[in-house]
Amino acid sequence: MKQTFLRRLYFAAVALFLAAPLIVVAGVSVNEKQDLAFPPKGFSLAWYAQIFADPEWRKALIASLSLAVTAAALAVAIALPLAWFLWRRIAPWANVFQILGLAPFILPPVITALGMLTFWATTGFYGQPWTAVISHAIFFVTLPLVTLSLGFASIDRSLVEAAATMGADDRTVLKTVVLPLIRPYLVSGYAFAFVLSLNEYIVAYMTIGFTLETLPIKIFNALRYGYTPTMASVSVFFVAVAALVFGLIARFGDIRRLLGAMSSES
Amino acid sequence: MSGLVLKDITKSFGSFKAVDTANLSVPHGKFVCLLGPSGCGKTTLLRMIAGLEDPSSGEILLDGTDITPVPTHKRNLGMVFQSLALFPHLSVGDNIAYPLRIRGASREDQKKRSDELLKLIHLSGFSDRPVAKLSGGQRQRVAIARALALSPKLFLLDEPLSALDAKLREAMQVELRQLQQRLGITTFVVTHDQREAMTMADLVVVMGHGKILQAAPPIEIYRKPADAFVADFIGMTNLLDATADRLGRVSVLGQAIPNLVMPEGLTKASVSIRPEDVHLGPVGGDAIAGTVTFVRDLGGTIETFVEAGGKTIVAVATPRERPEVVAGQQVGLILPAEACVVLKS
Amino acid sequence: MKREAPKSLADYSPLFFPGLMLIVFFVIPFSTMIAVSFFQRDPSGFYTPDFVFTNYARFLSLFFGKVLGFSLVLAVMVAICCVVIAFPFTFLLTKRPRKVQTIWLVCLLSVLSLSEVIIGFAWSTLFSRTAGITNLFVAIGLMKEPVALLPSFWAVLTGMVYQALPYTILVLYPALVRLDPTLLEAARTLGASPVRAFMNVVVPALRNTIVATLIMVFVFALGSYLLPQILGRPSHWTLSVLITDQAIYQSNMPFAAAMAVFLVLMSLALVGLTLLVGRRENAL
Repeated sequence: MKQTFLRRLYFAAVALFLAAPLIVVAGVSVNEKQDLAFPPKGFSLAWYAQIFADPEWRKALIASLSLAVTAAALAVAIALPLAWFLWRRIAPWANVFQILGLAPFILPPVITALGMLTFWATTGFYGQPWTAVISHAIFFVTLPLVTLSLGFASIDRSLVEAAATMGADDRTVLKTVVLPLIRPYLVSGYAFAFVLSLNEYIVAYMTIGFTLETLPIKIFNALRYGYTPTMASVSVFFVAVAALVFGLIARFGDIRRLLGAMSSES
Repeated sequence: MSGLVLKDITKSFGSFKAVDTANLSVPHGKFVCLLGPSGCGKTTLLRMIAGLEDPSSGEILLDGTDITPVPTHKRNLGMVFQSLALFPHLSVGDNIAYPLRIRGASREDQKKRSDELLKLIHLSGFSDRPVAKLSGGQRQRVAIARALALSPKLFLLDEPLSALDAKLREAMQVELRQLQQRLGITTFVVTHDQREAMTMADLVVVMGHGKILQAAPPIEIYRKPADAFVADFIGMTNLLDATADRLGRVSVLGQAIPNLVMPEGLTKASVSIRPEDVHLGPVGGDAIAGTVTFVRDLGGTIETFVEAGGKTIVAVATPRERPEVVAGQQVGLILPAEACVVLKS
Repeated sequence: MKREAPKSLADYSPLFFPGLMLIVFFVIPFSTMIAVSFFQRDPSGFYTPDFVFTNYARFLSLFFGKVLGFSLVLAVMVAICCVVIAFPFTFLLTKRPRKVQTIWLVCLLSVLSLSEVIIGFAWSTLFSRTAGITNLFVAIGLMKEPVALLPSFWAVLTGMVYQALPYTILVLYPALVRLDPTLLEAARTLGASPVRAFMNVVVPALRNTIVATLIMVFVFALGSYLLPQILGRPSHWTLSVLITDQAIYQSNMPFAAAMAVFLVLMSLALVGLTLLVGRRENAL
């Protein structure tokens, strides 16, 4: 009894710590006037409408979404053939590429950001919007690479052998067995990269910060010049998007397995 | 010749020989069991026939042509894997129709064939179920049906029944054998269960340490094992050290066995005798004197453990020939010459 | 389809695109950065190619020493706080029903993915005078009037613990969820209380995991670049902030690059150490 109570208290404390700043931000975001006040004075959803109505914020939203959609797609396009090759072939030296794929995410982000900045500045493409797409794709390639490697590892190799005994060649096996089985991992890899790209600040800032504003850049810039409740509503919007995406992954996939718990059912 | 021929097949992993110069000739329509303890190379041999492993040397001939360089997907096989390898993303019907689908068969043809096969395995109406919703025995049958969908030339099964419980396994053994006889398809089953091999096979191939030790019909393997390993692996047996006495007769535990002559050139050997061939009688005469140490009455059979000359010998009797002995009793063991197999030791 | 070594060029084809992308856009930028760290600063523009050690020589200044020392101390504190909070929490979480675990994991991932900008903004609001936590304390009579709790060292530390806590939990999760439950049960049958069993069985069994996690969180915290700026004073700036500052606002790319190279080497050394610790764990 006592232990259950203590455990609940502990869980509640962690939950409160994680939720508190978000609750305050959510509260601030519904202030009627341009106040930084909590509890909110009055109630208004106008600041949420601002995200879409205000041309500046809308531009940043569109920039962020386009960046996240394309960068996540590119990250998956890099990770899928690599993970497939590593699973399909015995080539220990090819693990070098896996390490290259994991490195940007493990190292402090400022390093990737600075590397990209020097690279784009040296090659003369600094400030082009597409440079941010490539930079983000490389920065976040780790995520689809990890989910896909997990996915491939979860495929029972006898399934592939069974397909071969029934007359399927390499291509057919890939199309009819491997890809259908890998699809959930592909989707979650894309979703992880999408959400993180949407939230990413420093790499985007160092590559396109002076020519294009993504939402995080816009929030930071706004933060330096004073306060506007739209910042709060955008933040809540971001939390909602992340919770929605991860919730969907949990609903249709096995998030525990993706995060390292053994197998799902067995 | 027609049928499947293995010629000097060897598979090495580094210095370890998983399969060592295996030679075998199997006519069409035979049911072959590859039998042996785990690690004896039977699965590797099966996988080489399937083309899932390449032999290090040797040839596999099918109807006279060397199929060693032919990749798996062009060998026209049906194979059932130990894990069954049913596709989790496909329904029962789609699993069975898979080989037809990848060959571009029409939807109707796929449906027709899979329904036909489902009927054959007594699972009509299961076509749209997900594989995960089937019981172990049903999955087993679906895997078999899928492997047979294209009426392949060779039907290969790797420990197909090992996941089933004992009762279901016995029933499936009979079912599998009947199915094979109906279709007349050349079949290879890998198993470590000698009872399973005896139930199903036309030809039992006993393997040990990568070598084929004996390939013969089940009853011959049982009655005339080629060596002590085979005798010991197939069923229960008593293996006794034997010497030749002055008259050239085989002598076991100091007692010559009447009418059993030591083969030319041997002075020492092993004698294998099945427990059901050992008779218990009074002490004296040609009988080997021993002491009963334990009696195991299993209802259907009675096993009597007799100690003689430091060895324990097991005799099995049916309740009708109930030996009526108790532990501690002195008995005489009679080993009939016709039941003794003399093996090089 | 056998799993075998690639033989023909076609067998290698899946590697072409990922290999090309990773080399051109990761290896080359990385090398460029290393090269730039030896370049001469050009006050008028970016830099001029050269091979000098002046950028590295600047590490010997008192200012740099202070920033480095502060960064390390801060990261160590963050790592310790996070592991102390997260380890028992994660352990208890793995004992909850699957559904509860899933909900927590979704929430943790959502917080983890949040932009540093948003975390900084949220905590600056929570610590502000007008909308902050002190208003609550006033309301319940603990304080006379609301105050601003930032900029301060504690604000920086809290923000960074907030940022790193979900990361810590998710790093610990696999090791704890795979822990053999019979270990604990065995200890319980031998008469240990739950807390005692946890301290005497679970913690020692995962000693190496804890060390590895500490290092991982330490490296993660080293990478924080916005929270010290938003929640702290300039004296609370870390190496990552300094790198950003030098690169963007001072336009001193060579010096920024030299510091980045230094940070990489330090992180790599620590990650290497983590792998070593992890290997020892597997060998056990």
